[in-house]
Amino acid sequence: MAKKTPAINSSSTADIAFLLLCYFLMTTTMGSQTGLSRRLPPMPDPNQKVEDQKVNRRNIIIVKINSADRILAGSEPIDVSQLKDKIKIFLTNPTDDPTLPVMEPTEIENLGTRNVSKGVISLQNDRGTSYQAYIAVQNELVKAVNELRDEAAMREFGKKYLALDEDKQKAIKDLVPQQISEAEPKDVGKRRR
Amino acid sequence: MSMFKKEGKKEMPAISSGSLSDIVFMLLFFFMVTTQMRETENKVVVKIPQASESVKLERKDLSSYINIGTPIRSLQAQYGTDARIQLNDSFKTVDDIRDFVAAERDSKSEADRSFMTICIRADQDVRMGIITDVKQELRRCSALKIMYSARKGE
Repeated sequence: MAKKTPAINSSSTADIAFLLLCYFLMTTTMGSQTGLSRRLPPMPDPNQKVEDQKVNRRNIIIVKINSADRILAGSEPIDVSQLKDKIKIFLTNPTDDPTLPVMEPTEIENLGTRNVSKGVISLQNDRGTSYQAYIAVQNELVKAVNELRDEAAMREFGKKYLALDEDKQKAIKDLVPQQISEAEPKDVGKRRR
Repeated sequence: MSMFKKEGKKEMPAISSGSLSDIVFMLLFFFMVTTQMRETENKVVVKIPQASESVKLERKDLSSYINIGTPIRSLQAQYGTDARIQLNDSFKTVDDIRDFVAAERDSKSEADRSFMTICIRADQDVRMGIITDVKQELRRCSALKIMYSARKGE
């Protein structure tokens, strides 16, 4: 005669599961990592002769940050808030100024021939520059490029850059390249803190 | 009317709590899937700077972290308050980055190695000198894909 097994009290399984839950809550992290992506230039070969790639002077803007976090863009001191507009003018050269970068007609896939700026932004910092100021400047540079890409995407495809599909994004990327070079370390300004 | 009245005393039936554990398990699975294990313990204080243009890291599993900041309070007696580099679980110098990068590279699969990102998590008050040193060292070991960690927001 089969005996009926009594029902196992299952109310404590919830407690066990809660314990597990608490364990995972404590040991794991959520929060996705965000930041500014960059590609460093490869180290120059020491055997190679120093053959400096002469970038035409008009094609380069030097942004310097000194140890007091002051910014020098081109040849004039500037505030972080104005930097973006300066970079945008530098990269678009709306008035065909001979001191601003060459707009070279280039063949772009999916777009045809367009004028592409040959401008390069060179970022130099001092050892005493604070990281916060450095990131703020980097952010402005990226913002300038992103806004130009948005404008270009609006003009070419009638959509924001992020709303485009991959091929079109690549075309816009070719049209507005992000040329930020983080120069070899140099001391800008001798004042130390 | 008496026909709707129940006979005898009213008694609440016991609520079955058997499904409670299922609900909690569901929560558990949610957290297990959305989170990842904390690998290292922070030994430096890192207050990440803000940047409105920051983007999400695409492959979290392919990134390694270099923390730079002042040691936490309990370690300041031992290590001072100068900015230090933390790799994995201990304080290191710039020279150790080479080994760290090599070890990290080895731990990734062959196909993913070129996508490895070094994430620089530096405190916002750190001076650029130490970061420049780190960057130069990274260039020397040709770990060129880097990311400056930043919070999103204005």
